[in-house]
Amino acid sequence: MVNKIWGFFIISGICFCFITGKLELLNKQILDSTKQSFDMIIQIFPVMALWMGIMNIATVSGLLKKMAYRLSPFLTKLFPEIPKGHESLSYIASNIIVNLFGLGNAATPFGLKAMKSLQAINPKKDTASCSMVTFLVLNTSGMTIVPTTIISLRMLHKSVNPTEIVFPCILATLCATIAGLLLDRILARRYYH
Amino acid sequence: MIQLLSNCVIPLMVLLVVGYGIYKKIDIYDVFIEGAKESFGMMLSLFPCLLGMILGINIFVQSGLLTTIIDWMNPLFHFLNLPSEIVPMAILRPISGSSTLALLNNVLMNYGPDSFIGRLASVIQGSTDTTFYIITLYFGSIGIKKIKHALWAGLFADLIGIIASIVVVSIFFGR
Repeated sequence: MVNKIWGFFIISGICFCFITGKLELLNKQILDSTKQSFDMIIQIFPVMALWMGIMNIATVSGLLKKMAYRLSPFLTKLFPEIPKGHESLSYIASNIIVNLFGLGNAATPFGLKAMKSLQAINPKKDTASCSMVTFLVLNTSGMTIVPTTIISLRMLHKSVNPTEIVFPCILATLCATIAGLLLDRILARRYYH
Repeated sequence: MIQLLSNCVIPLMVLLVVGYGIYKKIDIYDVFIEGAKESFGMMLSLFPCLLGMILGINIFVQSGLLTTIIDWMNPLFHFLNLPSEIVPMAILRPISGSSTLALLNNVLMNYGPDSFIGRLASVIQGSTDTTFYIITLYFGSIGIKKIKHALWAGLFADLIGIIASIVVVSIFFGR
């Protein structure tokens, strides 16, 4: 799947550049990708290290397990595959909470930790488990209560009421999340039965 | 109010975790360092995935192929009563977060943040996320190769998010 899309992106993009004669731009784009991805890693890395450290305290002290136990009635409905009280549930919960507050950068480490612990209980290591897909859909539907970047951008452009879009955003996100989860449920059933 | 709450989340989380660690009498500093070390491995496995995805997306988006196709289809969008500035944003949203943010910035600059298009663009940006990036990041970090229906469900959520944005903004603010 990803293989085909990646191939399509590259082949169609390069062919189109040949047709339109934008070879200079193409050269620049190819070389710029390395710098861009490196910059991105450099940006994520320290945040990641910080939260992995904090998360480790929570794991060792047993706080995470306690949290997971509290939240499991709600989360086990969404993730029926995960055994009750498993640590991945608390990572998922942390990821959701931080995402809701619009702190995407801080949410990523929790998400990656969640994926790692989901992988530990995944029987087929090269194939995504159903819980992983559900968790991914939750993240890609972009649930937030406070879209911080957009509010600041609207402030920059001197909006009369920069936060007026918050409630519409919540409604639209909710629709997207529900739709994504529904399709996930329908397609997941097809894979297993 | 929401802003204030948002600002409290991270400090409170750190306080809670460190406080609980002291209460349970564990060596919080050593445990922190140990955990932070784990990020090295994760970053190393992440870098190739990010590089690959950024390379593909850069070539595709910057080649102008997409904008040319959208230009061709413009009469159709006009017929559907969709503002032509919104379409490239909607299509690019799942692929590239930074380029849609740039598009949003353009829309806010040209039409103003309190116009219909300005509000719609803001809500679209805020109610969906960069599906490709998240898939790369999350599956790449643990070496998953077969992603099953994750992409379809993710893209479907984006599509519904965009449609819902148009409906909600039309209802809330009118055209």
